[in-house]
Amino acid sequence: MKSKLNLDPKVVDSARSCAGRIASSMQEFIEKHTTVSTERTILRLLGVDGIDDVETPLPNVVVDQIKDAGVLSRGVAYWIGNTMIQTGFSPQEIAEKMSAGELDITKLKLATKEEAEARIMPSVMEALNKINAQTKKREDYIAKIGEGKKPYLYVIVATGNIYEDVIQAQAAGRQGADIIAVIRTTAQSLLDYVPYGPTTEGFGGTYATQENFKIMRKALDDVGEEVGRYIRLCNYSSGMCMAEIAAMGAIERLDVMLNDALYGILFRDINMQRTLVDQFFSRVIIGYSGIIFNSGEDNYLTTDDAYEAAHTVLASQFINEQFAVLANIKEEQMGLGHAFEMDPDMENGFLYELSQAVMAKEIFPKASLKYMPPTKFMTGNIFKGHVQDALFNMISVWSGQSLQLLGMLTEAIHTPHMQDRYLSIENAQYVFNNARDIGSEVEFKAGGIIQERAKFVLGEADELLHTIEEEGLFRTIEQGKFGGVKRARDGGKGLEGVCVLDENYFNPFIPLMMGGVR
Amino acid sequence: MTANNNAMTNIDLTKVKPYGDTMNDGMVELAFTLPVPYGEEASEAAKQLVKKMGLDEPAVVYSKDMGGGFTFFTMYGKCQHTVDYTTIKVTKVEIETMDRVECQKYIEDNIKREVVIVGACSGTDAHTVGIDAIMNMKGFHGHFGLERYKGMNAINMGSQVPNEVLIAKAIEEKADAILVSQIVTQKDVHIANLTNLVELMEAEGIRDKVILICGGPRISHELAQELGFDAGFGAHSYAEDVASFVLTEIVKRSLL
Repeated sequence: MKSKLNLDPKVVDSARSCAGRIASSMQEFIEKHTTVSTERTILRLLGVDGIDDVETPLPNVVVDQIKDAGVLSRGVAYWIGNTMIQTGFSPQEIAEKMSAGELDITKLKLATKEEAEARIMPSVMEALNKINAQTKKREDYIAKIGEGKKPYLYVIVATGNIYEDVIQAQAAGRQGADIIAVIRTTAQSLLDYVPYGPTTEGFGGTYATQENFKIMRKALDDVGEEVGRYIRLCNYSSGMCMAEIAAMGAIERLDVMLNDALYGILFRDINMQRTLVDQFFSRVIIGYSGIIFNSGEDNYLTTDDAYEAAHTVLASQFINEQFAVLANIKEEQMGLGHAFEMDPDMENGFLYELSQAVMAKEIFPKASLKYMPPTKFMTGNIFKGHVQDALFNMISVWSGQSLQLLGMLTEAIHTPHMQDRYLSIENAQYVFNNARDIGSEVEFKAGGIIQERAKFVLGEADELLHTIEEEGLFRTIEQGKFGGVKRARDGGKGLEGVCVLDENYFNPFIPLMMGGVR
Repeated sequence: MTANNNAMTNIDLTKVKPYGDTMNDGMVELAFTLPVPYGEEASEAAKQLVKKMGLDEPAVVYSKDMGGGFTFFTMYGKCQHTVDYTTIKVTKVEIETMDRVECQKYIEDNIKREVVIVGACSGTDAHTVGIDAIMNMKGFHGHFGLERYKGMNAINMGSQVPNEVLIAKAIEEKADAILVSQIVTQKDVHIANLTNLVELMEAEGIRDKVILICGGPRISHELAQELGFDAGFGAHSYAEDVASFVLTEIVKRSLL
């Protein structure tokens, strides 16, 4: 396709290959480490579930005991495989006995790595089969009942109570939503465990638990069948437990997951080493399960300026793309993020925004770009807010975005009421339908405001990427180059959960999932 | 113009009601959802409800089936009630706002040392947009943040800072003022957190020594004072408003 922005492909290639080198050098670090939550993920995939009498999840109980014995560097897969050989128990039985204090798995006779791996393999294949069945079910649904047109209408529910969320989500589905995201309760991202069971108490959102995922999945399948359109479910594979939640999402057939280590580092102050290691395994799972991941570049523009910092968004998209390539994620599953956050008082702000949105689409043509609505300049004037959201919708259909997180006229006032969601869906449907083919009809003036803006932002992003390559990603974050937020390499939460691997370590899921075993 | 002037002079400020296009028409617009299925019964229910709210001639101008047994309404009605504007009293931060340059000069002339301000989104709140707008160098909407002020050491601790950590930092830095931003106010989580901060400061014996300020879109000065804060800043407040209050308060309370 001819570039409507007249972007220089040489600059795009330069930026992309530079991002590739940045991601690869980070991958060397990642592959030498594991974390407590990456290990807990392996347990969850092996079917370990439930909590002890003080509500500590069993995956935490097992990993903590292995860590306290000082042998986590060999990996839980080895320890569980070995224990299965020595005792004949299943992974779940092992966890229960460890929790009851009846079994110390680090004191058993030791088999070789190969023996442990062979013993655990049937449980691994069982997990993969479970995920494969869900992937097939998604494909069958889409083939049978169909799906909405892109940009998908993406709305959130955030009541704190999963049963209330179901009512809101089903209403939104009937009103035309294609994706429902259940917002997580404030501060779940900082918990170093995943809560258990159905939950009805949360602040500004609902706990991400496997049972809540299951309840919402069923509710959306029911409405999807009723309205004849597959409705995708979104949640957060982010924070301290990003990989565990990815596994839960894969098992419960989530379709979209927010997943971005950089976001956790910058905006949740999670340790960068910890979360980059966790991100890798979570992306392997996401890629294997056919889930679209969403990166969080849009957030940079809530702390930084959308005009001045546009190149940081693009640079980060390039890096996120390359991290995803290393986890073997298909381009269609890359929901790279950006946002409509230009100051509404800025003259020609719409043109700059349009330029940046078209630029993202031209540079990542197959990606499922996630476009976020205005939030920073929403004022409580709901009438103007509705107009701002209409302009946002206009740019989305014009530039061919994939996942449109609908703006709410009541943004900055409260989490959406039922009618807010309806009004936002109606707004988007009106604009999308009325301007459906505007993107293929309209070309931009050579050397005009729109073309020049894109050229400028791409140039700056390329420059920033080369600086990052020179300095290293860790150092760049320490200097506050993204979102204007500075984080230290050894600072933030969760560093104590990072562990260097020994030579006998193995994670049986990574090679199989990356190899695409079905 | 004459007609309008006449209308304005005819206002009885002891009996004020909403204005649509004619004085005292009482016109109010409403939008809400009822948990009843779409239909004529739903509209009748909405009209009866609006009548009970004190609005005459309730009119459903639009209604929409939201699915699942819910109906959305846009309505108008004429308010029957009035308020006496002449007796209204609102607690506000009573301060002449100085701009950044004036604030800097005020520090030089009247305080003659560095002013230290520590700020955070404390408790579980992860939304730093408010504290960033007030404190960060860049500020918001053309109003530079406190970090940019000469003579001021502004420390933004970011999000989800426990109150204990915030207070410890304030003691360590000998802060003149603590700023707390609260964006998430669902289920009144901010009230519990702000109250907790005041209690902890009293327990530490530093409440009188530090100017304590909260801010956020749902925060009013009145609420702040009720909770034991020196001031509260709501929407449309900028760094210079907060700075002016802190600086004059330092002088007023002789915290020099």
